[in-house]
Amino acid sequence: MTTLSEAVRPGAVPDRPADADEAPVRGLWRQGLVVFCENRLALVGLGLFVLLAAICFLGPLFYHTDQVHTDLTKVHLAPGDQGHPLGTDGVGYDQLGRLMLGGQTSIIVGLAAGILATAVGTIWGAVAGFAGGWVDSAMMRVVDAMMSIPSLFLFMLLAAIVTPSVSMLIVIIGAFAWLGPARLVRGDALTLRSREYVQAMRGMGGTGGRAVRRHIVPNAIGTVIVNATFQVADAILYVAYLSFLGLGVPPPAANWGGMLSDGLADTYSGHWWLLYPPGIAIILIVLAFNFIGDGLRDAFEVRLRRR
Amino acid sequence: MIETSGRHTPAAGGTQPLLELRDLDTDIALRRGTVHALDGVSLQVMPGETLGVVGESGSGKTMTALSIMGLLPPGGRVSGGQILFEGRDLRSLPADEVRRIRGVRMGMVFQDPLTSLNPTMRIGVQVGEPLRVHERVGRAEARERTIEILRRVGMPRPDRIVDNYPHELSGGMRQRVAIAMALVCSPRLLIADEPTTALDVTTQRQILELIDDLREEFGMAVILVTHDLGVIAGRADRVAVMYAGRVVETAATGELFRSPRHRYTQALMEALPESAIRESGEHARLYSIPGLPPDLSRPLTGCRFAPRCRHVTDECRTTDVTLTAGEHQHACLHPVPAEPAAPVGLPTPARVEPAPDPAGAPAGPAEPAAEPVLSVRNLVKNYAAHGRGLLRRTAGQVSAVADVSFDVGPGETFGLVGESGCGKSTVGRLAVGLEQPSAGQIMLDGTDIAGLAGRERRRMHRQVQLMFQDSYAAMNPRMRVDAILAEPLEIQKVGGTAERRARIATLLDQVGLSRRVLERYPHEFSGGQLQRIGLARSLALQPRLIVGDEPVSALDVSIQAQVLNLMRDLQRELGLAYVFISHDLSVVDYMADRIGVMYLGKLVEVGPARDVVRAARHPYTQALIDAVPSVTPNPAAARDGATIRGELPSALNPPAGCRFRTRCPLAQDICATEPPLAGDAHQVACHFPLRPESAAAAAPAGAIA
Repeated sequence: MTTLSEAVRPGAVPDRPADADEAPVRGLWRQGLVVFCENRLALVGLGLFVLLAAICFLGPLFYHTDQVHTDLTKVHLAPGDQGHPLGTDGVGYDQLGRLMLGGQTSIIVGLAAGILATAVGTIWGAVAGFAGGWVDSAMMRVVDAMMSIPSLFLFMLLAAIVTPSVSMLIVIIGAFAWLGPARLVRGDALTLRSREYVQAMRGMGGTGGRAVRRHIVPNAIGTVIVNATFQVADAILYVAYLSFLGLGVPPPAANWGGMLSDGLADTYSGHWWLLYPPGIAIILIVLAFNFIGDGLRDAFEVRLRRR
Repeated sequence: MIETSGRHTPAAGGTQPLLELRDLDTDIALRRGTVHALDGVSLQVMPGETLGVVGESGSGKTMTALSIMGLLPPGGRVSGGQILFEGRDLRSLPADEVRRIRGVRMGMVFQDPLTSLNPTMRIGVQVGEPLRVHERVGRAEARERTIEILRRVGMPRPDRIVDNYPHELSGGMRQRVAIAMALVCSPRLLIADEPTTALDVTTQRQILELIDDLREEFGMAVILVTHDLGVIAGRADRVAVMYAGRVVETAATGELFRSPRHRYTQALMEALPESAIRESGEHARLYSIPGLPPDLSRPLTGCRFAPRCRHVTDECRTTDVTLTAGEHQHACLHPVPAEPAAPVGLPTPARVEPAPDPAGAPAGPAEPAAEPVLSVRNLVKNYAAHGRGLLRRTAGQVSAVADVSFDVGPGETFGLVGESGCGKSTVGRLAVGLEQPSAGQIMLDGTDIAGLAGRERRRMHRQVQLMFQDSYAAMNPRMRVDAILAEPLEIQKVGGTAERRARIATLLDQVGLSRRVLERYPHEFSGGQLQRIGLARSLALQPRLIVGDEPVSALDVSIQAQVLNLMRDLQRELGLAYVFISHDLSVVDYMADRIGVMYLGKLVEVGPARDVVRAARHPYTQALIDAVPSVTPNPAAARDGATIRGELPSALNPPAGCRFRTRCPLAQDICATEPPLAGDAHQVACHFPLRPESAAAAAPAGAIA
């Protein structure tokens, strides 16, 4: 129904005069930013992430706690007791300070693993999709094979073999999370390869390298960036899973998943302050990244909106 | 908006209209702002009548159809007026009742038969669905009646086709199924929204005739919505011309085409390539309507066509114009004077610009003395067709281009026509080096491009450039226009930054765009502007030949005229040669010096444009010409021509010998042997050419109708 979309078209950008020459010039990034900012949830998500990151990374500068030495005289203090706003845990660590420390690990691992997975996946997928033929088949069968193994099972196996540390967590999570973006980007590359503007460029005498650089990667970047935000959210959850299963970073380092796991032991002791804060923090940061991802998706789609 | 009440009163008092729209307003709410798609549309359809609704994209013709059927897109709603069907207002009836009326009493056929059929449902189930829903008939009976209706829309072997899926049918067959589905409940009104736009001309003709026949058989009324004046001219009883959400003129078909009153209708007709050719043997310059249709999301005062009208006065801009009363209604303050007892024929359009004689287009072009720019010799392109199964063995070859030879001289336009699947686009892609031929030669300036590699191959691309049908798709949406125009120069390493910038500025001047477009992105432009940018990009490397693959097919008539004029101007200025590929014979006739007609991968006829179009020698060419709907309303003549029936055979196993023989009315046994392309200037590959070559040259002009 092309006539339908055409019929609606004149109003698609109502603030645009009939003659495009008169309208103020706005860059694509600017337009995308405007759309992103119109999405209230995306702004909430962004604000939430900034707030959580600020608390975790800047908070310890103002709120000093000892997160190394245990203090068995101050275990399971209720919130507000003896100057501990969120109380203390089973070995006497200040819960608020621990939340900040754990947040640092979660955010660092989440961001780094998400970016690593996206980068590896993008390159893998773009090469496979653009090359096509047997190269594509071989590369994508590797992805299929790895995807067929339950990732949680592999995480546990690997975490049991190697000693968990922050950098090791990043590598382990990144090593399996790249499969999703690889598939996505490969699909994009397959369609972009046959686009008319790529053909037009070949008609000018351009080469495959130029096609990938100037046409395929820039047009796949929307998918990549949007997916990256979801990857970060996933990675934060994976850290939580692993730590929950006791395979996270070893103490005295902390992270939200591990804190949740510890807190679970105290469910029936009424020590709710050990359970809810890390759980809520995980939910908030994952939500924040999902909101941001949704907003980015809208922003990028508008930029590609057909007339 | 105040409307005079007088305009609703039909002149013919006796019968009640089957459908009447009164001051219909339709709004579509978008993310920002509301588009007033229809503004006070009033129309009448009498029982048994065909009403043609014609207009360019965005004129509201489709919205009118969708408003009647209640199929508006998300955010769309009818915000005012009445939809009276058999005297009852659909807007005030209960929802159940309306649903029944729309389901049983009305039927709708959409443009694209591929998307309007559900690919996972068998034909029979799909066509019979309205019966099961609205009449609650049993499965067996629904099947019976489905077979019956399929037979009536001319489906071969309907009892077998009911069990097929849509993808197993060709486009024309699918459209027949869609029509059968609309007719299965015997509606009183059939709304056909661009029913043939996606089809080839020969198929289009079959479908239009089918709709005509069915209208008589079922005694129903038809609303035929289309952008194509030719389709309307041959089929409709009355025509309503729409512009920017309003009806600007309605009249009986003959009357409207004989003496259009509204300035927009007049301009639209003058923009048709057909009218420019008919005028004289010379190729007159097309009248192009300047500018773009207005933005319907903003409040508009006065005549909506005023900004683009050449007869505009201040009054037009401020006064709201309403339709006049009477049989021939128009909403124009300065209408074309009614011709007193005008002779039947196309109006003599008042031409604003004098027709300059294009240097590159002499009426009877002499054989190019100079060395041809492009010389195609025995070109063959086969694609391997893969069989099913794991190994995907090569099951056969699709013969896309078979033994095609032609020359294009400097400054000449060679038109390539044919229906979809005939291989004309493949020839274009081969000529610009996007694909490798299976056999044969493509000589650019005397060099075979197949043998080139590396640096020489890159330089070859400077000589020949491709122009696309959809320039939007052919431009990277993330690149600004300056980057888009600079790309060919960068690839070919032409000049430095400053030189490139100067070259781009020159290009913009040539295609008539301002410098400000450089900072914009493709999605900010309209179709016509994009086509100009596309043309500028093709010109960047100063090629000698431009291959245009349906370069104006996606454009509205008024915009098409702008682009065609521009292409001709540039040809004259720069001495360009064009290979102009199109399915639209009238456009090719207007543009080309010589025309080649392709059928199923073969060139069946080549000759000077006027001779090919007015004195065709191949039966296929003649059938193609007969099938093109003409704006001269002369349905009797349109029906007499030798029509071809059936469908294009598969190119996987093309018929041996003359490939057209399976559909040719003149076919004999000898046609199983290959006819050579014979003749001097006007060549034809046929054992029984319709005319000898000498007669062809002497045939009177104007035989096209």
